[in-house]
Amino acid sequence: MKIKASAKGDVIKVKMLIGHIMETGRRKDANGKLIPGHYITEVTVVHKDATVFHAQLGPAVSKDPYLAFAFKGGVAGDKITVTWVDNKGETETSESVIR
Amino acid sequence: MKLSRRSFFKYMGAGAGGLLAFASVPRLALAAWNEAAFTADALASAIAVRYPGLPIEDSTAVKLKAPAIAENGAVVPVSVSSNLPNVKSISLFVEKNPSPLAASFDLNAQSVADISVRLRMGETSNLVALVEADGKLFRVQQEVKVTIGGCGG
Amino acid sequence: MKKILLSGMAFTILSTALVGCGAKENFQQLVQTDTEQFRAFFAKRFTGVEFADYSNGVYAIDPDSREQWLEIEEFPPYEFNIDRGKELFETPFVNGKTYGECFPNGGIGIRQNYPQFDAEAKEVVTLELAINRCRTANGEPELNYKSGGLVDISAYMAFTSRDKPFAIGVPNEDAYKAYLAGQKLFYSKHGQLNLACADCHMRASGQRLRADIPGPALGQATGFPVYRSKWEGMGSLHYRYAGCMRDIRAKPFALQSEQFRNLEYFQTIMGNGLTVNGPSARK
Repeated sequence: MKIKASAKGDVIKVKMLIGHIMETGRRKDANGKLIPGHYITEVTVVHKDATVFHAQLGPAVSKDPYLAFAFKGGVAGDKITVTWVDNKGETETSESVIR
Repeated sequence: MKLSRRSFFKYMGAGAGGLLAFASVPRLALAAWNEAAFTADALASAIAVRYPGLPIEDSTAVKLKAPAIAENGAVVPVSVSSNLPNVKSISLFVEKNPSPLAASFDLNAQSVADISVRLRMGETSNLVALVEADGKLFRVQQEVKVTIGGCGG
Repeated sequence: MKKILLSGMAFTILSTALVGCGAKENFQQLVQTDTEQFRAFFAKRFTGVEFADYSNGVYAIDPDSREQWLEIEEFPPYEFNIDRGKELFETPFVNGKTYGECFPNGGIGIRQNYPQFDAEAKEVVTLELAINRCRTANGEPELNYKSGGLVDISAYMAFTSRDKPFAIGVPNEDAYKAYLAGQKLFYSKHGQLNLACADCHMRASGQRLRADIPGPALGQATGFPVYRSKWEGMGSLHYRYAGCMRDIRAKPFALQSEQFRNLEYFQTIMGNGLTVNGPSARK
């Protein structure tokens, strides 16, 4: 995943792009068999031990999800940690420094 | 970095109990994935499951930014912002999608109510944004046209 | 009397200069005239559009589409492809050599010089063709011209060349012939729908064709390779050409065929002076 976090005044703007298939569970393969759904269900962003963002997602979120949000209480140089988990229990965690 | 399910438990569990630990860390104080809301197959029931009993009113204090005609229904850029105080959550519903609830964002005192996401829309539909604040839902909605282009290539 | 003599001399000097520079200057001049006419067509059609904005395809002319495109470019999905392309580009071949050794300046910041005319082989060489030739010269198998590793490498090489103006030359008569072949392909009718590139991307540009707005032909090649939402991935210019031909119910030429390479040559020359903005996002 790729994260861009930047301080604009007292607001920290965070944008992320997560590489994920986001399979809806409604598509069929070449043999007419339903392809099982495989999608991110939750994204959590932690800054200084506090959760500053929590997203619940469904299969209607586009492939390679893009999320942007903003929070207060951070400064340039601080670290944020982003973790996602999908409906198969796979997960990824990544850190980024606020610029 | 893509961890397997096993390493996920190892990573997140930290000696406790996997997903349960993830959902029950007290300081998160946030809802876990609301499966019933995400699988509800109609707008009204999806809202009722996600926000049981909350009154809804249309609001000009919520800004929804979405295209009038989607370039591609698979990638519709959507932004919601609001200057309402005490915003607890923001949810996006695509009325005509098989499961209308598309995404739900839990906010807290540190949050700025300003989120963006890209959504899939199967057909032309109303896009409904609900902002939860002070025990009420503030609604703004807009039609987004989804067309089948002539230049598939 | 003195004055007349001077003008006469000046004229002689000028003519000598033209002849002296020989054929090369003439071909470049012929192409220059075509280019100016081509641009004048779009300048007249889309009066509010700056020349530089034609790098952005249909987004230069349709505000609603542009808005969505800017949202996507805010954090474009092709960033993953650039990363992959960089990694592949920097990974040495089995023989220890690298892509960088096949190109001027180590392959960095050179996208604006492609496609180029190879005077010896008498053919147009696109960047993608050059990448695969680099592979075969180093004993590696060719990669697919449609999408995947080769296109990711091309995306990375374009990314390192962003904002550099295209400067494609027509150095000799053979080059001019290739240019003319590309031009002919662009203006001639194809397929069961009997349409030319120019029908949609000049005559109908900016109008609705069913639910689509065909983008202006000027600058069409500058943003490739592109991440296309419809493909949910990255693809090459020639793959897009092939899709266009299928849409008009024509049998597409092969990717990197002489026909498509000449078409790319013609199209890129028409956009000379526009800057590299590949990779980019399209719907």
